[in-house]
Amino acid sequence: MIDFELTRVGTPDAAIQIAAATPTAQQGATIRFIAGGTNLIDYMKLDVETPQHLVDINRIPDLAKVEKQPDGSLKIGALVRNSDLAQAPEVVAEYAVLSQALLSGASAQLRNKATTSGNLLQRTRCPYFRDLAYAECNKRTPGSGCAAIDGYHRNHAILGVSDHCIATHASDMDVALMVLDAVIHVQGTKGNRTIPIGEFYKLPGTTPHIENSLEPGDLITHVTLPALPEKTKQIYLKLRDRASYEFALASAAIVMQVQGGRMRHVRVAMGGVGTRPWRMPEAERALEGQAPEERVFRTAADAALKNARPNTDNAFKVPLAKLCMIRALTTVTNA
Amino acid sequence: MLKENATTIGTPVPRIDGPYKTTGIAKYSSDHNFPGLLHAVPVCATIAKGKITGIDTAAAEAMRGVVKIYHYGNAPHLYRPIPRDARVDEARPAFEDENVYYSGQYVAVVVAETMEQARAAARAVKVSYAVEKPDNRLDLSEGLQEDGLHEANKRGDVDAAFSTGTVKIDAIYITPVETHNPMELHASVATYDSGKFVLYETTQSIVNHRTAMAQMLGVPVENVQIIMKFLGSGFGGKLWVWQHSLLAASAARDLRRPVKLVTDRRSQFTNVGHRPRTQQRLRLAATAEGKLTCIQHDYSSETSILDNVGENCGESTPFLWSTPNLRVRSSMSRRNVGTPTAMRGPGAVPGLFALESAMDELAIRLKMDPVQLRLLNEPEKDESNGLPFSSRHMKECLTLGAEKFGWAKRNPVVGSMKKPDGTILGWGIAGASWGAGRIPTSANFAFRDDGSVRIGCATQDIGTGTYTVFSQMVHHITGISMGRIEVALGDTSLPPGPLSGGSRVTGSLFPAIQDAVNAATKQLLQIAVNGVHSPFKGAKPDDLAFSEGRVYRKADSSASGVTFEEILRSANLRSAIGEGSSVASQQDPKAKGLSLHSFGAQFVEVEWDPGIARLRVSRVVTVIDGGQIINLKAATNQVEGAIVMGLGMGLLEETVYDQRYGHPVNANYADYLVATHADCPPTIDVTFLDYPDKAMSEIGARGIGEIGLAGVAPAITAAVYHASGVRVRELPVRIEDLLQPSTRKHRA
Repeated sequence: MIDFELTRVGTPDAAIQIAAATPTAQQGATIRFIAGGTNLIDYMKLDVETPQHLVDINRIPDLAKVEKQPDGSLKIGALVRNSDLAQAPEVVAEYAVLSQALLSGASAQLRNKATTSGNLLQRTRCPYFRDLAYAECNKRTPGSGCAAIDGYHRNHAILGVSDHCIATHASDMDVALMVLDAVIHVQGTKGNRTIPIGEFYKLPGTTPHIENSLEPGDLITHVTLPALPEKTKQIYLKLRDRASYEFALASAAIVMQVQGGRMRHVRVAMGGVGTRPWRMPEAERALEGQAPEERVFRTAADAALKNARPNTDNAFKVPLAKLCMIRALTTVTNA
Repeated sequence: MLKENATTIGTPVPRIDGPYKTTGIAKYSSDHNFPGLLHAVPVCATIAKGKITGIDTAAAEAMRGVVKIYHYGNAPHLYRPIPRDARVDEARPAFEDENVYYSGQYVAVVVAETMEQARAAARAVKVSYAVEKPDNRLDLSEGLQEDGLHEANKRGDVDAAFSTGTVKIDAIYITPVETHNPMELHASVATYDSGKFVLYETTQSIVNHRTAMAQMLGVPVENVQIIMKFLGSGFGGKLWVWQHSLLAASAARDLRRPVKLVTDRRSQFTNVGHRPRTQQRLRLAATAEGKLTCIQHDYSSETSILDNVGENCGESTPFLWSTPNLRVRSSMSRRNVGTPTAMRGPGAVPGLFALESAMDELAIRLKMDPVQLRLLNEPEKDESNGLPFSSRHMKECLTLGAEKFGWAKRNPVVGSMKKPDGTILGWGIAGASWGAGRIPTSANFAFRDDGSVRIGCATQDIGTGTYTVFSQMVHHITGISMGRIEVALGDTSLPPGPLSGGSRVTGSLFPAIQDAVNAATKQLLQIAVNGVHSPFKGAKPDDLAFSEGRVYRKADSSASGVTFEEILRSANLRSAIGEGSSVASQQDPKAKGLSLHSFGAQFVEVEWDPGIARLRVSRVVTVIDGGQIINLKAATNQVEGAIVMGLGMGLLEETVYDQRYGHPVNANYADYLVATHADCPPTIDVTFLDYPDKAMSEIGARGIGEIGLAGVAPAITAAVYHASGVRVRELPVRIEDLLQPSTRKHRA
């Protein structure tokens, strides 16, 4: 860890004013916002993140609330802790997939600290990204290469990978937000704007160090979840080696209705398999309007993983992801 | 002096150190702070093989708070330990030369006013290297070639027996590198004053630590005192001295200020030992009726470039089952890794994974129940040396375990035991054993004028309950209540006691404590007859007796006596003292000519959900033949913990090295998977047979720290096979092994 300056701010404007001076809001940022710090501090201790200035946003009022909006949507403040969000009555009652995803992630201690906005910006757990002993990491040092592709990559991505990066997006919460069509509200130097979560994350391509659409000074103030249709069925299923405190090898988030024996309004996303939280329109198309039966689930899973590009150690993720989706679909449609 | 009444032996006595730990009063080694304390942070090699060509400390030295940076160019001289005298697995002192043999090797150490300053400066030290390609190959088959194997044990003719065998197994079993991950990281707080060191260390062996540190620092042994009052577990990883201790002590001497060095979690994976990878070939043959005709066990274990620390996989093989023909051979394969070391049940635990897996495979091939196969091959004596077992009840472990587990209800057909929810139960069993024996122990004992007594011994409690066991034993011998017994351990000023390794402490203590109490009692009685104001003035010591804290005339009842504190007060003496000792089992006529081991049986149930490739251990029944149990609560806790560790060994734990660079890839607490609470089976049923082993001592305790881990992993893989039909011969069992076997690139 290098020496850094810490500024505690009381308003979004003050935060943005300071942060606008960073040349990038992506890897290499010289100024970072800090909320829970569970990910950022970890990477600062490893010298993977080396900001010279931290802007503590924890004292900005009103960002730690979960509120129902007049239009039926749910507004989640940037500073709402993961454990609070998982237990919020509105989330438990109407967005169970989000509650389940949050509770499957990390440990109780981390969930008590980690925030909604921080989790949207959670970095990968790629061991080669984390360890400066490896010179090659395009995400950490653009143009340096990728040590994972020919290295140990058991938990790396099989979807959205490029020749430059195969790092998995590690969040559980963000996978649930994908099927809830969350909207990210950003306040920046040029005012306020909204970004649908489906457009927020970038594929690694040739620029894996650019992970999302945030610009210098951009502060995520809150996330909104649109109201869901009546009687939706929801599930988050996470598969991993051990029963707790481990990132997903494959996870599935599903939201749907079953009306008249047909699946409607189907939303499917997967975690642990993509370079970003992975929405699966192919699966959704295969399921939409069909009767919930195993043959259909299998077709959907095959369609979703058709473009998977596994490497050697993570080849098992293709069949595992299919099993995960099929079981999630089976369970949610039986519920 | 043994009393039948009121003993706590074998009962679940709460730990006497429990309140210290739960309230935070317990001072662990790194909790020690002193005025002027400095902090040391090592700089670790970022290559796994090569030479240091330059160390640029200029930028680091200019940083705030930095006091000194040591490396091979400027460090005070350190010596190697005397071979076969002090035990140090990594014998090369840090900074001996410019060579790098493994990733993470200490190449410099920064000493600064604060830990943060030292850490920042350590990052700023620029080390340049001439890099060579490290050898971190996983395949150890080079060590299994005929010409490289060393014979460790042999009887009969295995080659002939195997070639003529009716039913045979010939298979390779592999265990990965496992890394001890105790909560408490290795640490050293070193003080130096007037030529003498007082070192607060995270060690399972203060006596060896003292000897080794004296030799490596180049000072007389009396100039070193080691203190370790509480340990946050060790699992064998803290048995021997590691280099950080040297760095702290050497810096403290050079700078004349106390120095604290707490290693980081990554160093746990590189600098302080690990259980080495093993590759083992088992050849079994049996008659059609299931009588073993031969066991051949060849194995190679990975070791470091400079040292010769191997994994003694054949520990149990020569005596566990009856066979006329047997051969055990071993070798080591050198790799660019840090030096391996003992990890809970070293040798036997990975060795039994292979042997007991092969036994399970043999039972399947014989179409025989695996419990039955073992009962059929029960030896009458230790066939490796012809000696009778001091106390072996393996058959009862197997039959009682089978009964408690409900083994009779097992349908042996693979995948046949389906639950209504579609999950499949798998049931597996394995035998277990671990060596026993006393090691030389001495202790002192004092009766004191305030009515308390004190037992002292330079051994240590590594979190297992040794403080409490001492107290129970003293209570058992003297009848004095545990609340009045002070137990002093963890300080080399005390009489030398055993290391906390090999499950040896509990079994070694009793005769020495008894001897010390006897000596102190003798002195007390002498005081009683000599004291001017003593009611026993003029009597002969032989006329007196001592029990329940009172001295009395043999002719009278103990109730008529006088308390020991009154005797001492009447003579104005603070204490009556005695020293006692006991010899190693090998020197004990009662143990000579006997084969001393603990035994056990592990019954495991797994739940296999093929629909999502989810495997969980749902039930474990363990029966242990471990001699007389002293503290049922601590002993049960030891075995339950060992079973959970075995679950980790079976399903989760593996240190992965990058094959190109030699760095451990998962060197942290999140990516190296140990079992969590959520992984623990809902049912862990532990039974002790409680047969006292009189060859050990009058009380018959053997020690149970390791036996609980033996046999868990092969019982799991047997259960996995029963559930899924997949035989996993390389640990840990991973999802991919069950989904699509042999897709793991990094596997051998």
